[in-house]
Amino acid sequence: MSDELKCKQQAAVLKEADRVMGICNACRYCEGICALFPAMELRRTFTAGDLNYLANLCHNCRGCYYCCQYAPPHEFQLNFPQAMSALRAQTYEQTAPGFLKKLFPNNAFYVFAVSLVATILLTAVSLCASGPSVFFGAHSGSGSFYKIIPYGAMLLVFCLAGLFALVALLRGVIAFWRISDGKLQWLDLAAHKKAVRDVLTLKYLDGGGDGCNYPDNRFSMIRRQFHHAVFYGFLLCLASTSVAFIYDHAFGWPAPYGFFSLPVLLGTFGGLGLLAGTGGMLWLKTVMDARPADPASTGMDMAFSALLFLVSLSGLLLLVFRSTELMGLLLCIHLGLVLGLFLTMPCGKFVHAVFRYAALVRNAHEQRTGQV
Amino acid sequence: MSKKQATLDHISTDVLVIGGGNAALTAAITARELGLKVLVLESSPIEVRGGNSRHTRNIRYIHDAANSFLTGPYLEEECYNDLLMVTKGNTTEKMARLVIRGSHNVGDWMTAHGCRFQPAMRGTLHLSRTNAFFRGGGKGLINAYHETCRRLGVQVMYETEALDLEVANGTCTAVHAQGPKGEYLIRLRSVVLASGGYQGNRAWLREAWGPTADNFLIRGTPYDKGVMLKAMMEKGAKTIGDPTQGHCVAIDGRAPKFDGGICTRLDCVPFGIVVNKDGRRFYNEGEEFWPKRYAIWGRLVAGQPDQIGYVFIDAKSINLFMPSVFPPLESDTVGGLAEQMGLEPNAVEETVRAFNASTKPGSFNPGELDGLATEGLDPPKTNWARPLDTPPYYGYTLRPGITFTYLSLVINEQARVVQQDDTPFNNIFAAGEITSGNVLGQGYMAGFGMTIGTVFGRLAGKEAATCLMN
Ligand SMILES: Cc1cc2nc3c(=O)[nH]c(=O)nc-3n(C[C@H](O)[C@H](O)[C@H](O)COP(=O)(O)OP(=O)(O)OC[C@H]3O[C@@H](n4cnc5c(N)ncnc54)[C@H](O)[C@@H]3O)c2cc1C
Repeated sequence: MSDELKCKQQAAVLKEADRVMGICNACRYCEGICALFPAMELRRTFTAGDLNYLANLCHNCRGCYYCCQYAPPHEFQLNFPQAMSALRAQTYEQTAPGFLKKLFPNNAFYVFAVSLVATILLTAVSLCASGPSVFFGAHSGSGSFYKIIPYGAMLLVFCLAGLFALVALLRGVIAFWRISDGKLQWLDLAAHKKAVRDVLTLKYLDGGGDGCNYPDNRFSMIRRQFHHAVFYGFLLCLASTSVAFIYDHAFGWPAPYGFFSLPVLLGTFGGLGLLAGTGGMLWLKTVMDARPADPASTGMDMAFSALLFLVSLSGLLLLVFRSTELMGLLLCIHLGLVLGLFLTMPCGKFVHAVFRYAALVRNAHEQRTGQV
Repeated sequence: MSKKQATLDHISTDVLVIGGGNAALTAAITARELGLKVLVLESSPIEVRGGNSRHTRNIRYIHDAANSFLTGPYLEEECYNDLLMVTKGNTTEKMARLVIRGSHNVGDWMTAHGCRFQPAMRGTLHLSRTNAFFRGGGKGLINAYHETCRRLGVQVMYETEALDLEVANGTCTAVHAQGPKGEYLIRLRSVVLASGGYQGNRAWLREAWGPTADNFLIRGTPYDKGVMLKAMMEKGAKTIGDPTQGHCVAIDGRAPKFDGGICTRLDCVPFGIVVNKDGRRFYNEGEEFWPKRYAIWGRLVAGQPDQIGYVFIDAKSINLFMPSVFPPLESDTVGGLAEQMGLEPNAVEETVRAFNASTKPGSFNPGELDGLATEGLDPPKTNWARPLDTPPYYGYTLRPGITFTYLSLVINEQARVVQQDDTPFNNIFAAGEITSGNVLGQGYMAGFGMTIGTVFGRLAGKEAATCLMN
């Protein structure tokens, strides 16, 4: 797409967000549903920065769509969650570093391409390096993973990939702060405290008490529960990896670990949570009422859930089959997918976690001080 | 009889509820909970179900104590006095007290049937003690009631408009309706009419108001056409209320013809001046706080040539009121703004000059009746009268917006529709806007439309059910 066309398209997305926000700010019936509407009410007009921020405060619970007197077929054609989703996706794209911007349109394709290439490369290199007899052999005992991928190589590749993801995400959230006209709100400790609580409880997926509107206009906690499963599953897996790292590097106890060891327990529960959560999210996407959704964001959302699903599935399979001949292949697939996850983190749905947190901090600050 | 109708003849129900708003659904739920088979006819498609009720945001009801969304007690006498004040005594005490008493703690019943409340919204804090606000507004409430109906097994037919009733000897036996697939004849044992006012019927409005009615905007649903009201009048029902009475407010002239809802209100009048098509002022813009006056401005504007008014404010006031849904017109000169609005610039400039000359220095306070008044001006502006002197100037147009009409069927204390000879029909009940004239002779009290609908709705549902059980 030409730059000029892109610019026009981005302006149109902002303009639509501004239009719907103008109607909502004159109506205000949704004030009790989530954090966004009270934040909106602190303003009379909306700069691009305001809109970028507010769009990321939206948790896409869709409560406002179903109780909107101006939703289609009303001539105002007000589709608030859709306008917010479109703008949110745009902020992800705008804040990505130069060449990574290109990965946003057709995001699903790139996420899969990158993960596939990473998996194939890792498998091919390991196969060549270790030789078929080792690669397809059954191993047991500690350090057996390093027979497939040598310790140094594994450390180097994943440290680099992790560093890349971290730096890119940090850069992204700074850029987000900039395009949403953020000021020094991020220095407010009380706001961080409130935001952390909002994140841990997923406060704004409760629709004001009865849950959000998935898969249809009835209230339910199902999306919140699936999201919790993903979130806490992810944290457990992260904890598992960190513990394993400490075991290996501080105590010199290399993986694999016993079924009842801490890293494996954490990883197993985390993996199961991720599997259920991402599976549930994917299922919801397929059965939900599509009207309030932004069709252009669906690919990105699904790709992220699907990749996490595959990462946890391969991880669990690896656990089950780690003392068989399948270990080598499963290890490479699992690590390849994890590599794909790291590499696509800053240019896919994952950024929503960071931006949402930033938006929640800013919101907590605004509500605490009454100042925008 | 056509073959189609022959098959449709089979529709039959114990209680038929005509309408799909607050009054209808509360009646349907109540009758169903008493164990009867209930069918609801809603003339609108599912997406815009709920009539005017889906545009509401609160209900007024009496309660003994504060709770998480009401800031203090509100008792019968206070409520009744409030009603006397707004209607200037033009109410029926017996029916008014019936509604007020029936509303006692009705929020509990509503919560038990799916409604969720929230504290009063910013900008409506003056109602925080008396009115309970629905989370997600009236559409949220309607969705909740529909979910309750589904759970209870109330059948709802959308896009199905009741056209006429078969009534003999004071008893209704069937209703003719038009649905998406053809005509239905629905046999019933009792019927609740909850089909709203007649404000969606432009021809009828014209009959009452004359051709000026063509310039009225209808704030709510186009589906309230008064079909049942007219049908019952033909069947000898007694009516109450003047057909030109109703809730009529001044709203943004650019609002849609129908269903503009709440967001088209304009709260800037007290901070500026309002002129008519000829560029002349016609009423005291600063008489009272806007929430207490916006309902008289509908009639005021309706009385002006072409039923239009033009508000002018200046840069000093642009941030003093709730944001408007449509941005104002803007100009650096009063004349320029007048021209943009299609007014004679000289006439408006002259009006503004005269107005500015009559303003006095003093302290301006939008939060109270500040007494900052004009001197020697006719009509005067008795509060908030600051000169219009700071560009840019902003302008809005005003049109009369009809909320709902009061012409109603007379009902008795069982919500039974009354015949012209004052005897009630045997099995015809009514609730909601179609009965509002029993309580509201003129004027309006915020949140009372939903009170009338909920109290009469529950009463009608109960009586329509119990009259079949004896
Ligand atoms: C913008 C706006 C805001 C308002 N805000 C408030 C508020 O905050 N608080 C308050 O108390 N009041 C408010 N009101 C007034 C309130 O809407 C009404 O008093 C109340 O909703 C009336 O309820 P009802 O059930 O009688 O009528 P409605 O809700 O209008 O329902 C009538 C129903 O009957 C259906 N119908 C009509 N004719 C037929 C037919 N022949 N066959 C089948 N179905 C038919 C219609 O489709 C509709 O569903 C507001 C009104 C408007 C327009």
